[in-house]
Amino acid sequence: MPMVDIDWLAEHVKLPADLSYEQLAKDLVRVGLEEEMIHTTTIVGPIVVGYVVSAEPEEQKNGKTINWCKVDVGDEYNDRDEDGQPQPRGIVCGAPNMAAGEKVVVTLPGAVLPGDFKIEPRKTYGHISDGMCASERELGLSEEHNGILLLRDYGFTKEQYDALKPGDDVMHLLHLDNPILEINITPDRGYAFSYRGVAREYHNSTGAKFTDPVLELNRELPKPDPAMSDGPKEHRSEVSIEIEDSNPIHDVVGCDRYYARIIRGYDASQSHTPHVIRRRLVRAGMRSLSLPVDVTNYVMMDLGQPLHAYDLDKISMPIVVRRAIQGESLVTLDGKRRELNPEDLLITDSPEGNRASRILGLAGVMGGQYGEVTEDTKNILIESAHFDPITIARSARRHKLPSEASRRFERGVDTMLQPAAAQMAVDMLVHYGQGEASSAFTDVDSTKAPKPIHFKAREVARLAGLTCDLNEISSRLQDIGCRLGGGGNGEFLVAPPTWRPDLTEACDLVEEIARLVGYDKIPVKVPSAPVLGKSGLTPQQLRRRWVADTLAEYGLVETLSYPFVGEEDFKAFSVDAQKIEPVSVELQNPLAGDRPYLRRELLMTLALTAQRNIRRGMHNVSVYELGSVFLWDPKAPAIPALPGGVRPSDDQLKALDAGLPQQPLHVAGILTGDAEHSGWLGENRSVDWTDAVEIVHRISDRIGAHLTLHQPQPADVESSWHPGRMAQVVLPDGSVVGTVGEFHPHVNEALDFPEHTAAFELNLTDLLDAVDSKPVQAKPISTFPPVRQDLAFTVPKTVTADQLTDCIRKSAGSDLESIELFDVYTGDQVEEHEKSLAFSVTFRSAEKTLTSQDSEQIRKHIVDAAKDLGAVLRA
Amino acid sequence: MADVATFNADEIEAQVAEGISKIQEASSTAELSKLRTQYAGADSAMTLGSKSIKSLPTDQKKDAGKLMGKLRADFGRAFSTRMEMLAAQEESDELAREAVDMTLPIRRDPIGARHPLAKLLEDVEDFFVSMGWQIAQGPEVEAEWYDFDALNFGPDHPARQMQDTFYIKGNQAKDAAGFVGSNMVMRTHTSPVQARSLLSMGVPLYVACPGRVFRTDELDATHTPVFHQCEAIAVDKNLTMADLKGVLDKLAVAMFGKDARTRLRPSYFPFTEPSAEMDLWFPDKKGGPGWIEWGGCGMVNPNVLKSAGIDSDVYAGFAFGIGMERTLLLRHDINDMHDLVEGDVRFSRQFVMGE
Repeated sequence: MPMVDIDWLAEHVKLPADLSYEQLAKDLVRVGLEEEMIHTTTIVGPIVVGYVVSAEPEEQKNGKTINWCKVDVGDEYNDRDEDGQPQPRGIVCGAPNMAAGEKVVVTLPGAVLPGDFKIEPRKTYGHISDGMCASERELGLSEEHNGILLLRDYGFTKEQYDALKPGDDVMHLLHLDNPILEINITPDRGYAFSYRGVAREYHNSTGAKFTDPVLELNRELPKPDPAMSDGPKEHRSEVSIEIEDSNPIHDVVGCDRYYARIIRGYDASQSHTPHVIRRRLVRAGMRSLSLPVDVTNYVMMDLGQPLHAYDLDKISMPIVVRRAIQGESLVTLDGKRRELNPEDLLITDSPEGNRASRILGLAGVMGGQYGEVTEDTKNILIESAHFDPITIARSARRHKLPSEASRRFERGVDTMLQPAAAQMAVDMLVHYGQGEASSAFTDVDSTKAPKPIHFKAREVARLAGLTCDLNEISSRLQDIGCRLGGGGNGEFLVAPPTWRPDLTEACDLVEEIARLVGYDKIPVKVPSAPVLGKSGLTPQQLRRRWVADTLAEYGLVETLSYPFVGEEDFKAFSVDAQKIEPVSVELQNPLAGDRPYLRRELLMTLALTAQRNIRRGMHNVSVYELGSVFLWDPKAPAIPALPGGVRPSDDQLKALDAGLPQQPLHVAGILTGDAEHSGWLGENRSVDWTDAVEIVHRISDRIGAHLTLHQPQPADVESSWHPGRMAQVVLPDGSVVGTVGEFHPHVNEALDFPEHTAAFELNLTDLLDAVDSKPVQAKPISTFPPVRQDLAFTVPKTVTADQLTDCIRKSAGSDLESIELFDVYTGDQVEEHEKSLAFSVTFRSAEKTLTSQDSEQIRKHIVDAAKDLGAVLRA
Repeated sequence: MADVATFNADEIEAQVAEGISKIQEASSTAELSKLRTQYAGADSAMTLGSKSIKSLPTDQKKDAGKLMGKLRADFGRAFSTRMEMLAAQEESDELAREAVDMTLPIRRDPIGARHPLAKLLEDVEDFFVSMGWQIAQGPEVEAEWYDFDALNFGPDHPARQMQDTFYIKGNQAKDAAGFVGSNMVMRTHTSPVQARSLLSMGVPLYVACPGRVFRTDELDATHTPVFHQCEAIAVDKNLTMADLKGVLDKLAVAMFGKDARTRLRPSYFPFTEPSAEMDLWFPDKKGGPGWIEWGGCGMVNPNVLKSAGIDSDVYAGFAFGIGMERTLLLRHDINDMHDLVEGDVRFSRQFVMGE
């Protein structure tokens, strides 16, 4: 994001002399230019002006010539002789431009230069060099390193230069100690990618006087030659421009303005970028290369118009702006070959009569290697064009080439800026270099004026809640560059300025007014929501909380894991990757290449959390999670791409949802280690399947779900689970909503879990949907005494406790109050293929005290019914 | 031993007196019970004496009966007095033996805990519920239309690149910028629930949408690719930015105490216009109270209302979103995002008390 240099900003807007970067940041944030950070210098002094008293060249054995110099650095920093009198310092300097009588920059011992370059006295070439004469590069001012920085060349007036005294602080003199403000520009404010725009916003914030540099530049423009004009928007010169667009995006032509100027008789050897320009570019994060490149960059930063400089003599007319053809490629300035896409917009020329055959560059993004200005360039062509933001954005993204130019074009450049920007570049090249501006120019312009906005002034109050009169509204809008018509009945026709393509609707203008008046001026009130039906959390939302709380109360710790899974996780869970991958949602751009899928079950990612805890030395880790899982349907219909700003039809809305994967909310838990700790109270009890089953029952009881378990045959148990210790969790209607049991020993081994690690996972979405949330209809409470019967049955081992319990429940009649299984026995007392299950069954009538005959009757019913399961009452 | 057939008053009296004296010296309830058998049991002088009365001459029977009644009463009184005393003594000895060190560490069950982030989401939900708003949810794998287009991010909107989005692989070709997609993303914000709520519930609408969102940021001390937001949207007649400021201030107070407040700075979001960044005045900020970035907000962009078929000339509304992780980090002085996402049980257990 752009850097704001107070020194540069002051060229366009009147700044207080004592303006600090902190204050500048505050002023800009008020109008919406956010501070990213204030960069402070890493350079440490002392760095001072030195006067070279003498410079003795000494030839070295290695062929180099160095200068042994005596440099006066002022009384404070000079050496002392035996009498304590100050003497110039001895400094070794290898630079070819070192000479006696120069004023130079001396970095003294203790100074630290960019790159943590610490200056210390050092022995070299037979002398002690007590400091260093610095080049621009060493000071972080530019790339210049052909010699040391001579202050004589640094753009001071004669008076200023004469006034420089040995020992004067150079840190401040050369802005080395200057911080710089980096700001963030929101995507709607492309114009603020320039000093011109930032200065305007500073004016908007503070009222300081702003002078638009474009007004003066426009006055300097060459007058159109009627003979060369084709209407008001086209002007010819020897630079012949043809724009053709075979593949416009959204019907917008890729280049809607191409403006060109020429400089003749340029001489690179006589042209140097002045220090102040170099310093500003370097501080803005650009490299200083050559005058033409520096000038184009400087104009871009100053006005916001990216420019391109070509060697005119290498270009064969006409220049054609066109889309790329499939199969074309270009080696860009950075040396990389890029395969071009038919959407890429190109600048081409026409060598040997082959029209548009040579690619000069990727328009608005980056130049190619042919046609650039070099040291031998005599005549320069300046391109100042306007490109379609979307074309540039897509090309920059496609080729991963975000450049300073593309950043500006994709946010929208002022469509009337091109001539002024070219004029500024021409002025600078002529001023700082050798050469002559040609008054000939080419302009091919099909830009359109921004569409006027019909604006009702009362929108300011309706949306922003601000009371502003018509005068204030019109003056605020004019101040940001809008032209206004109408206004009589409180309605304006507002023509936004060409640098504000973001202003297209009334609400955009409301924002402008609100931010300029100040968001802090908007009053504060609290709206009251109408009650239109049942309010509060829905039954599902409430029960979801109950489930979460129940688990925490039971002793589990809630965690939130990332939903990403991959092969490693499938393997740990003994899941066949070939089976799960086609039904898993896959990310196109996963963060970690090895976890490109989204989980189908929580346990897979929760396991990693449990594992992390165990690896950190925690024992008895019991964790749970509520979260979404993602079920990909390979046969799901494709989701349509629909435009915004229009309500889709009901069918389209259905199509949007029909293509989405199912994403039920699940709850899952993993229990490891001890269920009860060992200690002075007694021995521990390890976690096993019973703990997980109890949790499922607690959840069921808490939300009234009446869940039961169904244990599949071992052969049907999924590979992650212990084949004999896993059950499906079943709703009263028979549908399966989850799984509970112990992990397969292979899973425990893969995840470093202790044996008998227990787990459960429930589909909460289905579960909560199935739970009746209607108010409970209460039953009367019987005050008659209960009757208890203990019944012990011998049954085949294949009969489950649940089957027998169910049988008792169905045969016990309406007076049944509770059934409790209190003993399970296998061993000597029963046959090997049998087990004994003992129940305590309690009855209570709502109408009478049950007699022993009544209870005997019920007992007989139960025993008879149980025979169907092969159950025999034990004596 | 007296003759069964004879009634010897002196002998009986002497026996009873001996019994009473032994009772008074007895040291345990067990000894006492033995003495009762000895002196008042079936073979005792007292019982035998009573039985022998019937062999006395009629004129002596009455006196003998009286005497025996008195002796039985004396004995009984002595017995029960002593019994009561000894029983109380024995009970207190027993309780003394049962005394334990109540300060021994007892913790049979492991400690459980909610995740502080989940609790915070519930806190925020409760704030909105208390204002009469509803809580809405939406899918995490979302159609691009809901995540972007409905919220005024066109296919080429720079903001669509601003957010680093997880795209879902699919089979369908995507025309914009030449990559193949499914028109599905991991939602980059909770704002698509705005669009869903507008479409499914209509206006007037007062809804908060807390939930998980996803961006392609690597996990570090301040970023996580999976995080939580709470989006709020209200659309009605007569809602302005003033109402937005009112709700924000109330939420700040609910989350951070009575000195908290918010301020707005101009900003840009495709789905709001005017848009603002929201700063929170955080009284407990380290190094002294100060402003902290808390979220984004603004008036719902007319294009968003149009996407839901709502007349933007009649209805207006505001929306805002806050980052839940940031809120939690601030409120509890948590310095590292890793603690929030790693699921270390020690982290969540800290919040068992007090939160």
